[in-house]
Amino acid sequence: MASEALATPLEAVAAPPKRRFPTLRRLLRHKLFLVGALLFGIVLTAALFADFLIQVDPNRISIRNKFRPPGSEWIFGTDNFGRSQWSRVVKGAQLSLAIGFGVVLLNALFGTLLGALAGYFRALDNVLMRIMDAFMAFPVILLAIGITAALGPGSINAVIALAAVYTPRTARIVRASVLVVREQAYIEAARAMGASHARILLRHVLPNCMAPLIVQLTFIFAYSVLSEAVLSFLGLGAEPPTPTWGNIIAEGRLYIREAPWITLIPGLALAMTVLGLNLLGDGLRDVLDPRLKVQQ
Amino acid sequence: MLRYVAHRLLASIPVLFLVTLISFSLMQLVPGDPAILIAGLQATPEEVERVRRQLGLDQPFHVQLISWYAHLLRGDLGSSLLLGRDVLEVILERLPVSFSIALYALALTVGVGLLAGILAALRQNSWVDQLVMTVALLGVSLPNFWLALMFIVLFAVQLGWLPSGGYVDFREDFWGWLRATTLPAVSLAMLQMGLLARITRSTMLEVLRQDYIRTARAKGLPNHLVVGKHALKNVMIPVVTVLGIVLSLLLSGSVVIETIFSIPGIGSLLGSSILRRDYPVIQGGLLFVATMLLLLNLVVDLVYAWLDPRIRYGHGE
Repeated sequence: MASEALATPLEAVAAPPKRRFPTLRRLLRHKLFLVGALLFGIVLTAALFADFLIQVDPNRISIRNKFRPPGSEWIFGTDNFGRSQWSRVVKGAQLSLAIGFGVVLLNALFGTLLGALAGYFRALDNVLMRIMDAFMAFPVILLAIGITAALGPGSINAVIALAAVYTPRTARIVRASVLVVREQAYIEAARAMGASHARILLRHVLPNCMAPLIVQLTFIFAYSVLSEAVLSFLGLGAEPPTPTWGNIIAEGRLYIREAPWITLIPGLALAMTVLGLNLLGDGLRDVLDPRLKVQQ
Repeated sequence: MLRYVAHRLLASIPVLFLVTLISFSLMQLVPGDPAILIAGLQATPEEVERVRRQLGLDQPFHVQLISWYAHLLRGDLGSSLLLGRDVLEVILERLPVSFSIALYALALTVGVGLLAGILAALRQNSWVDQLVMTVALLGVSLPNFWLALMFIVLFAVQLGWLPSGGYVDFREDFWGWLRATTLPAVSLAMLQMGLLARITRSTMLEVLRQDYIRTARAKGLPNHLVVGKHALKNVMIPVVTVLGIVLSLLLSGSVVIETIFSIPGIGSLLGSSILRRDYPVIQGGLLFVATMLLLLNLVVDLVYAWLDPRIRYGHGE
């Protein structure tokens, strides 16, 4: 790019001034991305400002008020203990997003590390990828169940289990882009100039692998929120009375005939979060890396 | 081809070995003394000791590992702590149940997902496309266990069309089986249908832009031949590769779905073993499922290579 500009200075000058933030502009023109941002934004706001939005303690029991349907007094109704469903669902949003974020963070860290090592150092590739293959041979939820069942129920353990399950998938994507980038001429140039492996990886290879990674991490966020709900539905997430969307649905299941809203509302919140994140991921993929298609 | 088969078979051996190692390691993750956890807090020291001996936890690590492999080679996955029966026996007994539902869900996935994806691609940007893509997006976003509960409320409680749970053996009463498994299969298939519809649509759109399609149209072939013969064949290639993922997702979903619909399959077996800390069943179940998936993926890969010679000759990277 730089040499081309030098060779044709007149054209470079004649070109229209570059707009700032071209990616952001294209994202803002992507309608579904905006819908996703709105949906996820609502959940994120609820999670961030949970303490201002909640008037009633999510665990305050008031048997007198049990099974109140959604209405003006109780926005989302009450459950079998007369606890405010609004408080519980909003508090659940906080935990769900925190867990999703934790998994994404660990994924970004270990997925990039393993993927970069495997893609860059051919000697490590085979060993690392066979280990990743072995982890990926297990269905996602089943392995997460196995790990949380061993470690014991709880939010932290759910984060560890989900990170362990999704990291090989992220590593594979990072490796695939590293394999492409490492063959580029500018990497050869950097090597010829005597740059160290660490410098080449951090300064030249990884920045060019960011697009697929960001897209992947958005989807991982969505999957983790969903999988955490499954784990806590099965009793492997945060333990009651701490409200999570999964355990509210599990408790509500017993009263699904007389009080369907207990199950309905956290499910809708969950669907909204996942849908929002999926739309964000689709939009990012379209804009950042159109070559990528639906990937797992 | 033979070389490719040999290569793939050899390559799957270390993965299979690692899968068994991961399954074994699960037990090592249990914090504290697993024997006390399993036996329960009320257990007497003798009972704890009995559990410890039964699981071989009194042995040093390497002895446990060797005995795990020695048993595996004999096809022995240990015995359930609660059922007091052989794990493999229990799994095999429940296999036809889970397998029949998985097949049903797979048929729905391929039938509906593929068709919807092709339809959406052929009518790109029309209302059909928009509808299919919206439903597909909902399919990949709605949690399947929640969807299952909503289906129960609607189709079993309100409308009374289908039973809210239970299982009927297909060898005894096919219609009963179909009635009992429709809601579980649809809840299980939603995610995969959405996924497959999305992949099929984008692949189809790409294929339709290829030169050979233009050639086929230029030589005057009718549309149904262009789509049905020339395009479809090439769409199938990526679709076959995602079948492994689809199967894996089906098995993932089965734990919750079988639990919700009280279906006596492998999924609900695992679901009930979790809370009772029946570790041999969890370990054995996981290992069994992963091994099955590895074998299925191997078969898919071989079929794929047989269909597409480029894979056979170009393998490696």
